[in-house]
Amino acid sequence: MGKNKTKAAGLKKIFGQQIFIPIAALLILAVFNLIADPGFFRITLGTNSAGNPVLSGYLITILDYGSELAILAIGMTLVTAASGGQDISVGAGIAIAGSVILRVLCGRDSRPEELQAPIIVAFLVACLVAMLFGAFNGALVAYFKIPPMIATLILFTAGRSIAAWINNNELPIVSDETLSYFGGFIPGIPIPTPFFIAMACVLIIALVLRFTNLGLYTQAVGINASSSRLNGLNPQMIKFISFVILGLCVAVCGLIKVSRLSSINYSVIAKDIEMDAILAVALGGNSLGGGKFNIWASILGAYVIQFLTTTLYKFKVQSDALPAYKAVVVIVLVVLSTPAVRDYLAKLGKKLRPVAVKEVA
Amino acid sequence: MNEQSVLEMRGIYKSFPGVKALQNVDFTLCEGEIHALMGENGAGKSTLIKVLTGVYSKDEGHIYLKGHEGEIAIHSPQDAQRLGISTVYQEITLCPNLTVAENMFIGRGEGNIQNWKKMYKDADAILESLGIPARASQQLSSCSIAVQQMVAIARAVDMDCKVLILDEPTSSLDEQEVAKLFGLMRDLKKKGVGIIFVTHFLDQVYEVCDKITVLRDGRLVGEYEIADLPRVMLVSKMLGKDMDDLSDIKGEAGSYTPETGTPPVLEAKGLQSDAGIKPFDFYIRKGEVNGFTGLLGSGRSECVRAIFGADNVIAGSVKRDGKPLKISKPIDAMKAGIAYLPEDRKLDGIVGDLSVRDNIILAYQVLKGFFHPFSKAEANAFADEYIKLLDIKTASADTPIRSLSGGNQQKVILARWLLTHPAYLILDEPTRGIDVGTKVDIQKLVLKLSSEGMAVTFISSETDEMLRTCSRLVVMRDRRVVGELTGDDLTQSKIMSTIAGGDNA
Repeated sequence: MGKNKTKAAGLKKIFGQQIFIPIAALLILAVFNLIADPGFFRITLGTNSAGNPVLSGYLITILDYGSELAILAIGMTLVTAASGGQDISVGAGIAIAGSVILRVLCGRDSRPEELQAPIIVAFLVACLVAMLFGAFNGALVAYFKIPPMIATLILFTAGRSIAAWINNNELPIVSDETLSYFGGFIPGIPIPTPFFIAMACVLIIALVLRFTNLGLYTQAVGINASSSRLNGLNPQMIKFISFVILGLCVAVCGLIKVSRLSSINYSVIAKDIEMDAILAVALGGNSLGGGKFNIWASILGAYVIQFLTTTLYKFKVQSDALPAYKAVVVIVLVVLSTPAVRDYLAKLGKKLRPVAVKEVA
Repeated sequence: MNEQSVLEMRGIYKSFPGVKALQNVDFTLCEGEIHALMGENGAGKSTLIKVLTGVYSKDEGHIYLKGHEGEIAIHSPQDAQRLGISTVYQEITLCPNLTVAENMFIGRGEGNIQNWKKMYKDADAILESLGIPARASQQLSSCSIAVQQMVAIARAVDMDCKVLILDEPTSSLDEQEVAKLFGLMRDLKKKGVGIIFVTHFLDQVYEVCDKITVLRDGRLVGEYEIADLPRVMLVSKMLGKDMDDLSDIKGEAGSYTPETGTPPVLEAKGLQSDAGIKPFDFYIRKGEVNGFTGLLGSGRSECVRAIFGADNVIAGSVKRDGKPLKISKPIDAMKAGIAYLPEDRKLDGIVGDLSVRDNIILAYQVLKGFFHPFSKAEANAFADEYIKLLDIKTASADTPIRSLSGGNQQKVILARWLLTHPAYLILDEPTRGIDVGTKVDIQKLVLKLSSEGMAVTFISSETDEMLRTCSRLVVMRDRRVVGELTGDDLTQSKIMSTIAGGDNA
């Protein structure tokens, strides 16, 4: 009897964990692919056009593009937790950050022979600009109490025009090899660079959460702002900062995105990426209404989203039709997390429990 | 049914799981009468109103209404409205972005076609007849709160209302606005409407009402003509202490002797916040327990919130150990060694989804700073220490605080502030809604802390509790300090007469 109980408790612990949700989703997708076509998991080592060894395969694609999402998911999780809403301007933000990088690298000429500034300088300027735009969103949300979706709708609408304006609506192309490393491969390393960048971001946020009170403060403010204020916190400041941090994530993503093309397409770059980033947060089991969060679950959620996208591509789903499939996932997730369904599930659990107790007894 | 009465409620019973909210309550309202319904929190006023307006269904009892043969049945607010029983709530329940006329007629149209011209004309006629300074075409949000309140009343009255219930309509109004509202009430009275007036303001009751019905603990205490019930009697009826056999209970705290040599731990002069309290002076010495007393809504909480910087302080100065101190937000007060357990545990106290441990360490952690988080071991040690010290009943330190009982939640919040080792601890209704055992624990703890030198301000709706713990009481009425009681004056009767004030003081 005792054994049964501990087993039941153990199971409950596993199912109760928030990170169980993205893991379960990942397993379902993996099993589906395994049955449909095991070739999905094949990884081959080849050489790219520059003659460097590179790994390729669907899993590598997931690792590559999922990393962009994972970086955004870090910031989006914090924004969601603190403000109880989402930033829908990250795609436009990436366009701006990418445009800034190219502008700094190219200087006056849009097709320079050589870089006009070191990449690190261009990146730092982009960080600054993206954080400023994050601060703009944050100020609207925290100090003017505008709902996050509405506040970020401004940049969502205007961002891509601003990005085009930064480069006088020209299409700069960077011929320097080094820029392509960030979104591609570093010579000699067969794993896509975005994965390393994402891991660096994960490491940084892990250190920040470990050595500061960012996690506790953000959750406290997201759960009960009034109580947090009476405990000496400044809820507005914390909401504001979460948007600035997301701005930083946007800049990193912008670097990866322009590096992939060594150029930019203002209207297409990072299009609809905000939806995937928000979906990653939701798939991580985080409440989109704010409060408690698990950043690792969000990061895993990001890779799961990419897993889903790649699976759909593999099955020749038109890219136009992709959002419809993702929408199904979103609907299921959101409906499952509503209080009505949760209450129902809790009641269902209670109904089942007495039976289980009897069995144990 | 009596000739003059417009409404009679007889033998009303209503209970909720675990609570008998109303027991055998009678209530009679006459035509053209303003009738005050009085009682402390939980006395059953709002339950009675909700039974009358069909929000709750009564368990037993009968309701009679003039013009209706026999008993009437009210099953929903719509039923009540149809019968001519209208309610105006404390919060305005109209739509601010519609016009005055639209607000008055919304949801009452017969058929689907609205004759706008007629509607505006009718609305203007009603507004004029009631002397309400608003135009029918005006947007409601452009009117003052008092006028909005009046429009709500106009809407209620126009629906052929026999009984008008005003549930704390004056709590968000200033003095002139209250005067206007009273004018309207008197006009309606002349027209024969029976008005039930629920308020916490004693002065207003004596200004405008004809009769008073007092409830306490869900039972009827009595119905009185206003002239027959002096204020001090009213207060004693509400609190349930008979003036004659009030013994002078003196608590252990009476033995406290103030240290006069050193400056007070905290001293405030002319302190005023934007929460609507009049400027007040206050001080507290080391090892002293004092309290703010007064009826609900008298401004007790607003005073301590001003001290802690929880509300926006707009005037006054504060000294801590004789040194000037500026407190503009809670963190300033916390850094000065002040702790504040708020009145509304759910809204201002607990951080529901966080664990008991995180809730305990929160304030101390904030004080320690953003870059110095406690290690897991430290946090656990703090949590375990206080869970044991205050005997908090929780499955573990990891349990979310919202799954604890009210009393245990309160202990967690108390632990949170004790952990910061404050020099001055403010407890605003720490014993509200928690079981008797925990209440006694908290009172004992307060006395123990003060004997160790902590200054404590203790606020409670229960005078008994305050008498047991406090050595000095600041008495408040209608948002101003009206007296201070120490030593031999600390008696039930003295408190009541000070609260009542006015001609009977």
